Amino acid sequence: MKYSLYNLVKNSFSYHENWEKAWSSPDLKPEYDVVIVGGGGHGLGTAYYLAKEFGVKNIAVLEKGWIGGGNTGRNTTIIRSNYLWDESAALYNHAVNLWEGLSSELNFNVMFSQRGLFHLAHSVHDMQEITRRGYSNYLNGIDAEILNQDQVAKKIPHINVNGRYPVLGALLQRRAGTARHDAVAWGYARAAENLGVDIIQNCEVKGIDISNGKVVGLQTTKGSIKVDKVGLVPAGHSSVLANMAGFSLPINSVPLQALVSEPVKPILDCVIMSNSVHVYVSQSDKGELVVGAGSDAYNSYSQRGSFDMIEHMMAPLVELFPIFSRLKMLRSWGGIVDVTPDRSPIIGKTPVKDLFINCGWGTGGFKATPGSAHVFAETVFRGEPNDIAAPFSLERHFSGALVDEAAAAAVAH
Amino acid sequence: MFIINCPYCGERDQTEFTCHGEAHIARPDNPSEISDEEWGRYLFFRENPKGTHFERWTHDHGCRRWFNVMRDTVTDQIIKTYKMGEAKPEISNE
Amino acid sequence: MSNQNRTIYGGKVNREKPINFVFNGKSYIGYQGDTLASALLANDVHLIGRSFKYHRARGILTAGSEEPNAIVQLGLGARTEPNIRATEVELYEGLEASSQNCWPSVNFDIGAMNNFLSRIFPAGFYYKTFKWPPSMWLFYEHFIRKAAGLGQSPTAKNPDRYEQKFYYTDITIVGGGISGLLAALGAGRSGCKVLLIDENPELGGYLLDYNFSINEKDGKKWLKKIIEELNGLANVTILKRTTAMGYYDYNYLTALEKVTNHHAEFSSTLPRERYWRIRSKKVILAQGAFERPLVFADNDRPGIMMASAGQKYLSRYGVLPGKSVVLFTNNDHAYLTAFEFVEKGAKVTVVDTRDLLNARISEKCKSLNITVFKSYSVIKTYGDKKVNRIEIQQVDKNQNKLTGEVENIHTDCVLMSGGWNPAVQLFSQSRGKLKYDLKINTFVPDKIIENQKIIGSNNGQFNLQENLNESFEAGIAAANELNFNSVEKVNWTGKEEIEFTHSDIEPYMLGKKKVTKGSKHFIDFQNDVTAADIFLAQREGYISVEHTKRYTTTGMGTDQGKTSNVNALALMSHIHNKPVDEIGHTTFRPPYAPQTIGAIAGRSVDKLFDPERKTSMHEWHVENKAVFEDVGQWKRPYYFPQNKEDIHQAVKRECLAVRNSLGILDASTLGKIDLQGPDTAKFLNMIYTNAWSKLEIGSCRYGLMCNEHGMIFDDGVTSRLGENHYHMTTTTGGAARVMSWLEEFLQTEWLDMKVFCTSVTEQWAVLSISGPNSREFLKDLTNIDLSKENFPFMKFREGEVCGVKARVFRISFTGELSYEVNVPARYGRYVWEKFMEHGKKYNITPYGTETMHVLRAEKGFIIVGQDTDGSVTPSDMNMDWIVSKKKEDFLGKRSFTRSDTVRHDRKKFVGLLVNDKKTILPEGSHIVEKALKQPPMKMLGHVTSSYYSPTLGYPIALAMLKDGFSKMGEQVVVPLMNGKIIEATVTDTIFYDKEGKKNNE
Repeated sequence: MKYSLYNLVKNSFSYHENWEKAWSSPDLKPEYDVVIVGGGGHGLGTAYYLAKEFGVKNIAVLEKGWIGGGNTGRNTTIIRSNYLWDESAALYNHAVNLWEGLSSELNFNVMFSQRGLFHLAHSVHDMQEITRRGYSNYLNGIDAEILNQDQVAKKIPHINVNGRYPVLGALLQRRAGTARHDAVAWGYARAAENLGVDIIQNCEVKGIDISNGKVVGLQTTKGSIKVDKVGLVPAGHSSVLANMAGFSLPINSVPLQALVSEPVKPILDCVIMSNSVHVYVSQSDKGELVVGAGSDAYNSYSQRGSFDMIEHMMAPLVELFPIFSRLKMLRSWGGIVDVTPDRSPIIGKTPVKDLFINCGWGTGGFKATPGSAHVFAETVFRGEPNDIAAPFSLERHFSGALVDEAAAAAVAH
Repeated sequence: MFIINCPYCGERDQTEFTCHGEAHIARPDNPSEISDEEWGRYLFFRENPKGTHFERWTHDHGCRRWFNVMRDTVTDQIIKTYKMGEAKPEISNE
Repeated sequence: MSNQNRTIYGGKVNREKPINFVFNGKSYIGYQGDTLASALLANDVHLIGRSFKYHRARGILTAGSEEPNAIVQLGLGARTEPNIRATEVELYEGLEASSQNCWPSVNFDIGAMNNFLSRIFPAGFYYKTFKWPPSMWLFYEHFIRKAAGLGQSPTAKNPDRYEQKFYYTDITIVGGGISGLLAALGAGRSGCKVLLIDENPELGGYLLDYNFSINEKDGKKWLKKIIEELNGLANVTILKRTTAMGYYDYNYLTALEKVTNHHAEFSSTLPRERYWRIRSKKVILAQGAFERPLVFADNDRPGIMMASAGQKYLSRYGVLPGKSVVLFTNNDHAYLTAFEFVEKGAKVTVVDTRDLLNARISEKCKSLNITVFKSYSVIKTYGDKKVNRIEIQQVDKNQNKLTGEVENIHTDCVLMSGGWNPAVQLFSQSRGKLKYDLKINTFVPDKIIENQKIIGSNNGQFNLQENLNESFEAGIAAANELNFNSVEKVNWTGKEEIEFTHSDIEPYMLGKKKVTKGSKHFIDFQNDVTAADIFLAQREGYISVEHTKRYTTTGMGTDQGKTSNVNALALMSHIHNKPVDEIGHTTFRPPYAPQTIGAIAGRSVDKLFDPERKTSMHEWHVENKAVFEDVGQWKRPYYFPQNKEDIHQAVKRECLAVRNSLGILDASTLGKIDLQGPDTAKFLNMIYTNAWSKLEIGSCRYGLMCNEHGMIFDDGVTSRLGENHYHMTTTTGGAARVMSWLEEFLQTEWLDMKVFCTSVTEQWAVLSISGPNSREFLKDLTNIDLSKENFPFMKFREGEVCGVKARVFRISFTGELSYEVNVPARYGRYVWEKFMEHGKKYNITPYGTETMHVLRAEKGFIIVGQDTDGSVTPSDMNMDWIVSKKKEDFLGKRSFTRSDTVRHDRKKFVGLLVNDKKTILPEGSHIVEKALKQPPMKMLGHVTSSYYSPTLGYPIALAMLKDGFSKMGEQVVVPLMNGKIIEATVTDTIFYDKEGKKNNE
């Protein structure tokens, strides 16, 4: 049934008792053309685009828990594309372009809200960094405005521009914003299922069958299956799955925490990021402040971080917004992020034929969801990455062609 | 928030320490003789196990010494800490 | 009439001490010892706020920290706080509070029309609409956002202070009810260090509100004695008004203590709240349990509350919330409350879902004239802003249907009790595993992970007698396990008039209408999640508990589902016809209750947010009007404006002073590392790209450090002070990183190398004097022979400067004759002032970082982090001259030969001169292949440094340009964001004194 205001009103007369399942729970078939391992936004999206744009018929998405239960459901929902390097800009901007039409495309409101994102600059060095990035964005056709202190103070009413590290300016991307994270997984799942994709929850992959260097099957907790192609999209467990297939990755899995405050009436209308004071914050539609910052430095699969990271989020938040000091932290949580050396993802082929991987999104995967899914679907279908995906190959770690966003931003003199 | 038993100072709070990733990765003796791929593997590729992990920590706000930690990445329980240069402990299968 | 609901006697409020307070603009009087909730009830105020989604009238459901409904905006102005639970606010003189989420008032709330439209707003409705056209979402969203949220954020800076405390103890006990108290006594008598935390202003927990006996005597007196003994034990610390918030690995607890929240006056000496970070060898959880609501149609009206809350308002505060009371229960224990209400003058009717009733209870009900409806259920409630009537009907449990006549009961208060749920939040945070207990029908602790005990009703043990002895013994055992001596066990006989018994869990009560058809059976009160919403989520496939939670938002309010979670799970179990254990439960996340952000930030605010690092000459710079720049944590003079100069005028004057006579820079912030040991030269050979074996004592050498990726990450001059003694300098921001880098290799890779590194950044003040007159100037102030022959460029000498022992390095970052004078930090300002005084005849000019940057750019010297960015090699920077070809190995070398690093079209470091000789290119602007009217344009590189050069009289720039070395003399274009296109010529990077004669003078 199509989702619309009309149908919502119509169904209210039958007390909403006639809505269909957004997605069902089919049994695992013995054989698939393509299996996507990982039912997060990236994986479900990949299945959706494989079915829709490449006409692949027999697809399954295997999720070891519940769909959207990994980083898709644990992030701070920020979406932006103002990356420095051409390669990153192309990838993330491809995503933003898709975000803009996603609610319509999926017939599911993912609430992509382009309320604008400010990257704050707190020093002369920061100003140089945002200017360089702003110019790079501008010339790549990505919207960018470089603001001075007065403009920032005017546009963000309650910000403290005269703190320990004064706000000297900001890089504004108006097309950036937030989206409803769970809805992305659910929307893709529903749309993919409508195209015949089997979404199998509570199905964990325990082994990968390889014959003559080619993937041929998967061992799962619901039985073994034959496959022609496999796409691994297992954020948080990339190394675990790679190990099953007999190769390793340039990845460390570390805890990343985020938190929300109690809901309050609208007080912050945009997304704020500060790399120097080190916090990012926005206000959700529900009214909660959604706050994030850095990850812990140690490897862990526990989905718990250490509490001092929370303290290191709250002090910067109060520094930037002293008015939030009396608000209350409501809930904090942790996820596992797969971090690569250059903080850029790995999309493409693996040493195993017909086994493809899409991982290593670190702390920034949510914003890329539709773009990542789209380019990965093409990669899986053609067996080769397209132009956007190509720079993100595993091979770059041997050639040295890193796409190092962190290096460009972080060095102080 | 772990309690880490620094081999030099004893038990201290995690906030005094920093983790520096996987341990027991020796720098190749002959970098110029190995391939780009081998060099790339040394630089970037990691075990990242779900289970027992050997990693390097420093006691920054203490003795500033580097040492190794054997820790389970699922439970975050520290199994053992030991000095640099000491042999990698065996993983028990209990 | 005031306090009309106050009983004539009873309660523990101090009726001699009236307290004035204001709610929604109206003045009321309460008593000392009241909470805001009890005082409002006493004054017959039942409508407290509006619900989140449907704006339904809501009152007071509970009497504690689990309250979902009665949340208010507390205080005014900068001290206002949203979403405060009225049930936890201790009344103080002048308290002002107001209702939330309503407009124009809580009585007449426009938003309440949502309730009438609620039929088209089921769970998740927003996923199904507002999608078209895409451009309109921001418009729709504006209204959604306005409708959402609860209270208002303050809009001024918080004037209050918060403090933090670290605490280490043997045993921490969370919960000061009977179990916690006795555990504390057991452990306390054993002599170990005990911390007892309780969130209430008074210890005693649930027993404060109920009658019980110990050894057949009044239990309250016994309780008082227990507390007195604990207060007298020096090894027991008791924190009241303190909520344990987080339970992290290795028994790390966080707790928030309300220090002055309940004071009428704001303290200038005490913090508002104190944040505790507690590490314990053992933790005993004794947090008790929450009473479970019953789920029936319109169970959310003001006047409907938990039976235990009614008990507490009556017995503790002397407030009778209603005179014509219905107790709706499925268990025995709640009858105690019925008895208590009758005793205080209320008329009570009981509606019990069960058909069998304990004979003793039956008899007592009879004797008290309490009508009991057995096997009955409340099927609907009425009343606009407060419940005034309910309908009840008999339930045929076997057939799951209503039978018989509908009966009406007029009532002004419904007390409900659906059983009890242990408060397992902290236990679950500590990774403890839960299991579903079929006897008491709720989740109870199963497997403990941390070094911990969990006792009393928190562990599912509700029997008083059992709890008394087990809790005391748990305290002793905990102490024992920590090697403290055993103390004698005690045998108390405790008795309540009615014991806790088995209670069913009933996911919802049948109503007049089917639960899915319009009648609102609330499960999560705050987030307006009804039983129908849970049904809808299951129907639509959101079957996993996490999906149900996220789709319906159940359990996601400010109460985090303390009253709703178990009912939601029971309903899911009912719908799927599966045991609750198979449904599972969501993960409890910290904090236990909403926790003040400012308290977590603690003192890390304002100036203390991050320490400021200042050089020993800092105050002189302040006195001389320097404008400062933040470089890492350092405050560095950016420039020294004179009169009304702007930055450009000041920098121009400063630059020319250096080029023509004499300038002085405070270079103390540069990182300085003292290296000693026989293997230092060998070590430097590995760390730097160039060769160090032949550096003579007394000589200085510039070095470049690369990481193992082959990318430049720091630079600086290192000097050989003695046979095995070197002095390394680093960039200001890179000092700590370099130190750690050196230690990493010494401690983990080259354990056999004998080198010791000591950071001496703070030990030396560095005065860098530069300009053609610097030798003339310095020679009068030092005993060092400054002659060109004795002290040439790139040498180091020791001696006295202004009578102070000094190390002088003849190195230059400006291209002029320069000396870097290092004196012990404490003499920094003294020598600086001597220099200023003596330098008058040379017009000595202090200059800041901006002038330093211009001068070095004129010479083409790089700044790591500005001209480089972590993605460039020495070769990219045209610095092959500093990369040793002979050394077999050094850090980064291997990466130079990877296919991407040897690519010829990498960006290379070049100079740019704008053709108009006027425009200063923005740092960060980009060179494009071809200037087009509109982006996108293909980029070839970017401007890293760009200044007006006062020396040359025109602008200069440094840039990274693709294949730049082969483009010397070529024309390039730089489009600006304002549409202008700037043309420039590619040059080499040295604009001034290309031969390098000046610094060799």
